[in-house]
Amino acid sequence: MMSYFFQLLVSGIVVGSIYALAALGFVLIYKSSKVLNLAHGQIIAAGAFITYALTGWVGIPIYLSFLLSMVITFFLAMSVEKIFLRRLIGEPIISIIMVTIGLMSILDGIIFLTPFGSVNFSFPQFLPQELISFGGVSISWTQLVGVIITAIMIGGFSWFFKKSTVGISMRAVSDDQFASMSVGISVPRVFGLAWATAGLSAAAAGGIIGNITGLNFETLQAFGITVFPIVILGGLDSILGAVVAGIIMGVIQQFASGYLDGNFGLNGTAEVLPYIILLIILLFKPHGLFGIHEIERV
Amino acid sequence: MNKQNSENLLEVNNIEVVYNDIIQVLRGVSFNVAKGGIVALLGTNGAGKTTTLRAISGLLKPENGFIKDGYVKFEGIDITNVLGTQVVKLGAVMVPEGRRVFKHLTVDENIRVGSITRKDGSQAIRKDQKLMYDHFPRLARIINRLAGYCSGGEQQMIAIARALMASPTMLMLDEPSLGLAPLLVKEIFENIEAINKEMDTTILVVEQNAKIALQMSDYAYIMESGKIVLEGPSKELRDNPDVKEFYMGVTQGGGRKSFKEVKSYKRRKRWM
Repeated sequence: MMSYFFQLLVSGIVVGSIYALAALGFVLIYKSSKVLNLAHGQIIAAGAFITYALTGWVGIPIYLSFLLSMVITFFLAMSVEKIFLRRLIGEPIISIIMVTIGLMSILDGIIFLTPFGSVNFSFPQFLPQELISFGGVSISWTQLVGVIITAIMIGGFSWFFKKSTVGISMRAVSDDQFASMSVGISVPRVFGLAWATAGLSAAAAGGIIGNITGLNFETLQAFGITVFPIVILGGLDSILGAVVAGIIMGVIQQFASGYLDGNFGLNGTAEVLPYIILLIILLFKPHGLFGIHEIERV
Repeated sequence: MNKQNSENLLEVNNIEVVYNDIIQVLRGVSFNVAKGGIVALLGTNGAGKTTTLRAISGLLKPENGFIKDGYVKFEGIDITNVLGTQVVKLGAVMVPEGRRVFKHLTVDENIRVGSITRKDGSQAIRKDQKLMYDHFPRLARIINRLAGYCSGGEQQMIAIARALMASPTMLMLDEPSLGLAPLLVKEIFENIEAINKEMDTTILVVEQNAKIALQMSDYAYIMESGKIVLEGPSKELRDNPDVKEFYMGVTQGGGRKSFKEVKSYKRRKRWM
């Protein structure tokens, strides 16, 4: 009984940490430009598909195509910002969000033109198939490697925003755009960089989740949608919030499907419960768990 | 128009600034800033002082404004309608009105951001950062505090230190005295003078507080309704009866101006 609990907990943390990585990109964009990028799920899916295309069709080794896909998505997201969003700087935020909805449809359309829109693919197995067990809890190699990559990336991003001057300047832009310009920060460049790093982390998340669940466009879209409650729960502009909320969400989902589904005549609770918890938490913490409160000095 | 004799670092020639294509704010402003000097730009609310500074620092765009006519030259290079980033790289940095520190960044991070345009390596930057804390010992004690929670005086120091981290040749300050207690205003202006002397930074300061600005500057310009209406060495302007009456609230007799005579204001302020 106890080991079942821990099994669910561990798989919850695994899924949750990938959620966190996926949410990270969303937070990066919101943090610097206050734009809600509703097309983020599509970018995650694109990252996963590019990884597969590189390894499955071109024949590049999986590790390399994983990295390459991150680089490609980095530039892809950067050009999306440059082409569609750059000219909207200074326009009302709602128009910009509408543009990201349009972007979502366009990306959906493009993906449907490729084989990925209708056919399911799965990555070739490249890690040992046996499970790693300790104390009755088991985890697959794919999951383990996924969690490790996620941890490294989140650690890297946190370091980048805390310690590097460019990272700090990205936070500065989210704080006060005019003041940022006055010290010589190029605000458009920061926005481009935010999109690019968001693309990079989205591709990583896509690659990992694709390896774990297989490449089904609808699954990946659903995965992208789960990112929204996570970032709202964590506070839209907090990396730590994304991590904590991602893991909370993953664990809740696992417990829900492990304990509730099939009992009491319930089914599919994993899809619903996160939103219920989200609503309850927002009642008490409207800025999310770690969202920034406006500082007001009196 | 200019009567300063030493070499000019900044040359503003007859600029006209228009917001939203129709609202003209500056109507031919010309002035010069001599290398190594402290120049004050005085005037009342809405005279166009802030717009002038923004025009120089390439920061009109967020407000939908641009320089329609005239030119701005910094170190002989034309910087008319050039992007703000470029102006900072050339060595002219502005401290915006109302301090505008990054509230959610620590004091240390605020100061570090100022070095974003520099390319001379982290060693030099770190050295300058230390220099800032020597200059503003008050900030050295609170490096890890969020800037949003610092006092007004501390925030002004952060904003100045942040601008200095770009190692500018010219520092432009937009109303550094705004909202500060008189004692703090004095401290800030002493800091500015020290920066001018020790770091050899040219200063252009925009102020409403004519008294303190004329005390510490070498040369001053007075603006009204988007034009320069009066200029001269600060020493002379301090004794100018018009300046005394209109900007320092002192009558010719030396007493305070009474509100009863406010009508004479309209009558006499012809030179605008």
